[in-house]
Amino acid sequence: MKIGVVTFPGTLDDRDAARAVRLAGAEVVPLWHADANLHKVDAVVLPGGFSYGDYLRCGAIAAQAPVTQEIVKAANGGLPVLGICNGFQVLVESHLLPGGLIRNENQHFICRDQKLRVENVDTAWTNAFELNQEITIPLKNGEGGYIADAETLKRLEGEGLVAFRYLEVNPNGSMNDIAGLRNERGNVVGLMPHPEHAVEAGFGPDTFGTMRSGVDGAKFFESVIKAVVNA
Amino acid sequence: MSELVNPVANLDTVAVAATTPEKAQPWKELGLKQDEYDRIKEILGRRPTSSELAMYSVMWSEHCSYKSSKIYLRQFGEKVTDEMKKHLMVGMGENAGVVDIGEGWAVTFKVESHNHPSYIEPFQGAATGVGGIVRDILTMGARPIAVMDQLRFGAVENPDTARVVHGVVSGISFYGNCLGLPNIGGETVFDKVYQGNPLVNALSVGALRHEDLKLAKASNPGDLVILFGARTGADGIGGVSVLASETFDSTGPTKRPAVQVGDPFAEKVLIECCLELYHAGVVAGIQDLGGAGISCATSELASNGGAGMRVDLEKVLKRDESLTPEEILMSESQERMMGIVPKKDLKAFIALVEKWEVEYSILGEVINEDRLYINWHGEEIVNVPPRTVAHDGPVYHRPVAYPTWIDALNGDSVANRGLARANDNATELAAQLVQVVSSPNQADKSWVTDQYDHYVGGNTALAQPDDSGMVRVSEETGLGVAIATDANGRFCQLDPYAGAQLALAEAYRNVASSGANPMAVTNCLNFGSPENPEVMWQFQQATAGLADACLELGIPVTGGNVSFYNQTGDVAIHPTPVVGVLGVIDDVARRIPSGWQDEGHNIYLLGVTRDELDGSAWAGVIHDHLGGKPPVVSLAGEKALADLLQGASLQGLLASAHDLADGGLAQAVVESSLRFGVGARVWLGELMERDGVDLTAALFSESTGRVLVSVGREDDVKFVGLCEARNVPVLRIGVTDVKGVGAGLDGAVLAIKDVADFDLADLRDSWKGTIPELFG
Repeated sequence: MKIGVVTFPGTLDDRDAARAVRLAGAEVVPLWHADANLHKVDAVVLPGGFSYGDYLRCGAIAAQAPVTQEIVKAANGGLPVLGICNGFQVLVESHLLPGGLIRNENQHFICRDQKLRVENVDTAWTNAFELNQEITIPLKNGEGGYIADAETLKRLEGEGLVAFRYLEVNPNGSMNDIAGLRNERGNVVGLMPHPEHAVEAGFGPDTFGTMRSGVDGAKFFESVIKAVVNA
Repeated sequence: MSELVNPVANLDTVAVAATTPEKAQPWKELGLKQDEYDRIKEILGRRPTSSELAMYSVMWSEHCSYKSSKIYLRQFGEKVTDEMKKHLMVGMGENAGVVDIGEGWAVTFKVESHNHPSYIEPFQGAATGVGGIVRDILTMGARPIAVMDQLRFGAVENPDTARVVHGVVSGISFYGNCLGLPNIGGETVFDKVYQGNPLVNALSVGALRHEDLKLAKASNPGDLVILFGARTGADGIGGVSVLASETFDSTGPTKRPAVQVGDPFAEKVLIECCLELYHAGVVAGIQDLGGAGISCATSELASNGGAGMRVDLEKVLKRDESLTPEEILMSESQERMMGIVPKKDLKAFIALVEKWEVEYSILGEVINEDRLYINWHGEEIVNVPPRTVAHDGPVYHRPVAYPTWIDALNGDSVANRGLARANDNATELAAQLVQVVSSPNQADKSWVTDQYDHYVGGNTALAQPDDSGMVRVSEETGLGVAIATDANGRFCQLDPYAGAQLALAEAYRNVASSGANPMAVTNCLNFGSPENPEVMWQFQQATAGLADACLELGIPVTGGNVSFYNQTGDVAIHPTPVVGVLGVIDDVARRIPSGWQDEGHNIYLLGVTRDELDGSAWAGVIHDHLGGKPPVVSLAGEKALADLLQGASLQGLLASAHDLADGGLAQAVVESSLRFGVGARVWLGELMERDGVDLTAALFSESTGRVLVSVGREDDVKFVGLCEARNVPVLRIGVTDVKGVGAGLDGAVLAIKDVADFDLADLRDSWKGTIPELFG
């Protein structure tokens, strides 16, 4: 099982994503932005960061990168793709997922342990969760406010394409408390919070019982391994 | 058609300088004094060219040359034992000190000021402060692994404070987050003494394998001098001499053009590019460009390597072609590095910088001659011995005077004033407790730290609000480092010698409370004008106090930074020596949280409480008072305490540990409770009786050498036995209670006997509410 982890200049969480993949038991294949080749990977993670500095709309330049063009083609053919934070922004800019992400409502970058509800488990990246399971994983973004036009929102809600919703606190002003989406086919998932920061006890979010012991993010990577094996 | 500009027309070359000795030069405007200008002429045997003058002026500025502080900083290198040097791979004087932490790993860390730029332009000033310290760490061959910021702002009531707070915090957030470095802690303090001179200190720590150590030197003739990274622009010209080395004058012109502008993306790419260059073994020496830009990099690389250099300055890649050679030499454009590359490695070097799309230009080469030659389109504009620029700057023995006001200040103690205590009025005392813990300096700072990424990298084991930040260095073994920084300007104002020691003691205790073993010290010494003899006395006292205390604790200073001229007009800030302590922990899984996690654990106070309220948060918040003498420091006691914590941690006896500092026991109890929302019952009667203090002192005294710990019942006997065996005073003062449920922390109560039963949710709302209400 090979999972590609993409690095654009300015990507920050690629090492974390690679660690999460390794801990789940898959092999990591680093994918470089300028290399239009997916090296026969079984799935791809687009990690967080500030690709190319994100001085334009976040993810807008990364959406044009040679590696992204290949990912879009492969995703349309069914390859599992997970976009985390900046990776979610890239998926939206690439039109693999609808809508847009804008500056947080309070104008500040925010880093916090965020509670989410998993609202769809029929995807390559969420099948190891229970439906409506409540999980806590870190969130950290400056431009994480999800927006879409009324018609798109209606379609997302109607077709069950909202994969994750913020619970208790909506940290960035996202419409309908949307934290993450899936595509119709269920192979592409994007979300603002960071599952790769909640895969190793001791370095994740606090849980009710113990400091930094939250590992809810690990299920994303277990899910994709299951999905690829069963495919 | 416009006329072609002749780049060498009117150029002040070495030849011109030799024939026009009487030409008037703007040495004064560049911040030099008459005797310094005369000395440059003496060194060169002629007047300097305008380019040479630019170089000397920036390199001989207070910020770069440490001319007022040098004679005092020496003691950090002198008051050391061989034992202290045992783990020191690189000591003071390099870009940052390097400490051997075992298993083939080393860490490098340093704290630096960016105070002056941050007042003028808070966002860019603070942002580039992060960028600068990170490049210092990178220059040592290390991968930067974390940052922290020590911030001091003016009074919260002053409308200008919000401008500076928002600018500084967003600047750090913007730059640090984009670099992908976890921000693991720091300090935020408000005091009107920082109104016109906020302090923005930035710390970074990096990790490297022993064999990857890099030094800033150019020693092999023939090696190429390559400037790479961002292009050189007109930003930050003369920043160190104009900004950091002069007092702000409210009537003077605004100095905005001297502040640099940061591009964190360029820096992130530069970090990854440099690490690959190191890995490929293609750089023989490297220096970052920060203060004093190319002037600093060329002269220091050559001077450190005992060689010379020949540079063609027109080859520098510029953002603006109209820049003059003087401006290029002084520019402090960010995100630039100078590498010394052997000719045989040039191809490999180019392949890597091109992979990262980093621009570079070959400026010249290292020569076997004690000379730095800089040409501009073939004309010689600099011809100097590099050491005279980089290292043989002026050394001042500035006048020192015992402050006229200090005896009166020391006499104005809490006791002499007879400041009212509410010992017999539980309601009033409870109100004071809430007032203290929710005062701006004692309140929760997560409004600040939540704007920083503390997860990136996946190695953060502890971060704010725990006592120390801690990061894992080795994923194989769990080996890691803890860092805490502290400074208490109020104590330093009362007694700078003791104040510096108190800062060290607190940082040391914080690191020990996390389970790590304190190993090394860095500092950022923020003071007023060195031209004021009373400020120099404070500096003399603080440095002596710190060096003496380091010797006694047996941990060396590995590097640091001095920031003078933190004053507007005649009013200096409180002396604020920020002290950072780095500790090592064999496995971060052993780290100790700063709060209670379980019900039914015993709560012990280690150490002794004296009636020490002078300079305390209680005196400041409740009585708006600063006077008297700071708490007594017992370094032997601190050492015994740290050894005990280390021993107890290794045996796994400690469920939590929280050091006592500003706000005293009251603050520690509240924070320990709120960390995980666990209530407690606390009683102070035995403490008051044993230590002979009243209830106010029991709650708010800031006596040093104290730590609050919680211990599971099963470990109780063992733990108390350990304390007794090591002669560390120990007293059970409470027991942890129910953990609050949900967002309302339902059911959790902090009950302090003879004071009040506080609903944890109410305490949390007060403690957490203050800063967002002021700035949110």
